[in-house]
Amino acid sequence: MCGIAGIIHRTGPGDIGSEMTRMLQSMKHRGPDSSGFALYGPPTDLFVMRVKLADPNEVRGIGWADRLERHRDEVEHRLAKIGAMVDVLHGDQDYAYRVTFRYSGDLKPLADYIEDVPGCEVLSLGHSLEIIKDLSDAESVAERYRLSGFTGTHAIGHVRMATESDVDISGAHPYWAYPFSDIAVVHNGQLTNYHMWRRRLERMGHRFQSECDSEIIAVYLAQKMDDGLSLETAMKQSLDELDGVFTYLVVTADSLGMAKDEMAAKPLVLYESPELVALASEEVAIRAVLGREIDTYDPYEREVLVWNR
Amino acid sequence: MKISYDARGLAEPSAQPPKTATVERGADGARATFDAAELTTRQVNLELRRLVYDEGIGDVTILNPGAKHSLVVGILARCKITIDGSLGYFGCGLIDGPEIEVKGRVGWSVAENMMSGVVLVDKNAGSLTGAALRGGDVVVRGDVGARSGIDQKGGTIIVGGNAGMMTGFMLQRGRQIICGDVGGGLGDSMYDGAIYVGGKVTSLGVDCVEAELTAGDDEFLARKLGIYGIDPPAVFRKFVCGRKLWNYDNLEPAERKLVL
Repeated sequence: MCGIAGIIHRTGPGDIGSEMTRMLQSMKHRGPDSSGFALYGPPTDLFVMRVKLADPNEVRGIGWADRLERHRDEVEHRLAKIGAMVDVLHGDQDYAYRVTFRYSGDLKPLADYIEDVPGCEVLSLGHSLEIIKDLSDAESVAERYRLSGFTGTHAIGHVRMATESDVDISGAHPYWAYPFSDIAVVHNGQLTNYHMWRRRLERMGHRFQSECDSEIIAVYLAQKMDDGLSLETAMKQSLDELDGVFTYLVVTADSLGMAKDEMAAKPLVLYESPELVALASEEVAIRAVLGREIDTYDPYEREVLVWNR
Repeated sequence: MKISYDARGLAEPSAQPPKTATVERGADGARATFDAAELTTRQVNLELRRLVYDEGIGDVTILNPGAKHSLVVGILARCKITIDGSLGYFGCGLIDGPEIEVKGRVGWSVAENMMSGVVLVDKNAGSLTGAALRGGDVVVRGDVGARSGIDQKGGTIIVGGNAGMMTGFMLQRGRQIICGDVGGGLGDSMYDGAIYVGGKVTSLGVDCVEAELTAGDDEFLARKLGIYGIDPPAVFRKFVCGRKLWNYDNLEPAERKLVL
């Protein structure tokens, strides 16, 4: 089933950390396996990277803590070696870290080099995008990663009921569009031509960390935008090129978009006002951030909408 | 702030009616009102049952439904229920008899499997409106999503605005009146019944054909729209089953291709 949610403030930043937590928690019944957030804070010159070094449901054998510490040091060492000036490295968990650094080179070699550390996955990389995802419900994840008070302009989130791949952080949404800066996707549905697109994108040199079909949407869109298409055009093409049932949300450094497949098989409820746009699989999620009577509508099949902050 | 909303009604098997309703007894019968803001799905439905079945109250108003799912379901009595706000998914399902007015919008699958009565929605509705409807009227003043009246077996669905794709998919009996435009695949694989459309039709589904409006159709449309005070469009078109799929198994392979 899965639940997706998105919010974009059009008149300055808001407490998107708490807002997205409330939206996702009110849809907990749609997916209790894992919860994920893609939050856009104020952009800076620094890059911000979220990495995980292990999964929380791994067996913690002898030397687990030492190994994680070693791998964390290795990440720091490799960042320095590839020419990044690390500003702050901070761990909310012993297996999940947030690093800010100064860097002027290509992102792909950097991401590949970091991910070469055993068990390491770059969850997000960009000037303002931060992806936080972990097992259990949204409130527990928000508490563990201290997301309350995270100020920013737009965000998407996901609660997952795993159908196509394992319950772990790699299989949790949102997905960062490796190796493209500041792009992320959440998806509700199933893609039936996943393997074809995965092979096609792998031939272009992209890596995939999970067996989850949703992972290709982010890379697919980012690749199209890198080829010169606008976000909206790329999303419109995806309606013809991706098969299956899907409603997905995509975020870039300054916009939020939604697309719905040609069968309108997956729900999405939309609320629009001059101050903010909020969308979610269920209206209860939108009402969780707007404590007043609101008018909403459901976008139709093959609809593609994009809002800028 | 912890969020208390839990959509899984089965999580509270021993729930009791909260008995929070205020009841006014006048000369024209009793009226009850209660606030759903702090109640769970199951508590709202239990309170409603208590009022309608145990107290015999024929007019109930529910305040602050907050788009919760599965509210006002399984009510099998003649009564009037007013919902002062919006419902989530599966609202007003499995009912037989009530007249329900929803002053906001509804999500997917409103009035699913309804046997008789009226469900009147002031704003929009999601997909699968009136799924497997057996009788009564489902009226949506705004727009509806996809697959309205899927598997409908009776009754009437009336939409003041537009409808999405696959409207009347597998319609078996009953009628739909769509005053605005409809999406692609109208009446796909319908068995019987009729769909009246006032606006543009994007495309017809498999084995759905246009038919001529009769004097009986005009009378029916005027009467139904008149009851609910919906302005009729300038002209209606009528769509029915082409009946080619009725004997699909007996068709030659070449003929099957023509039908599909």
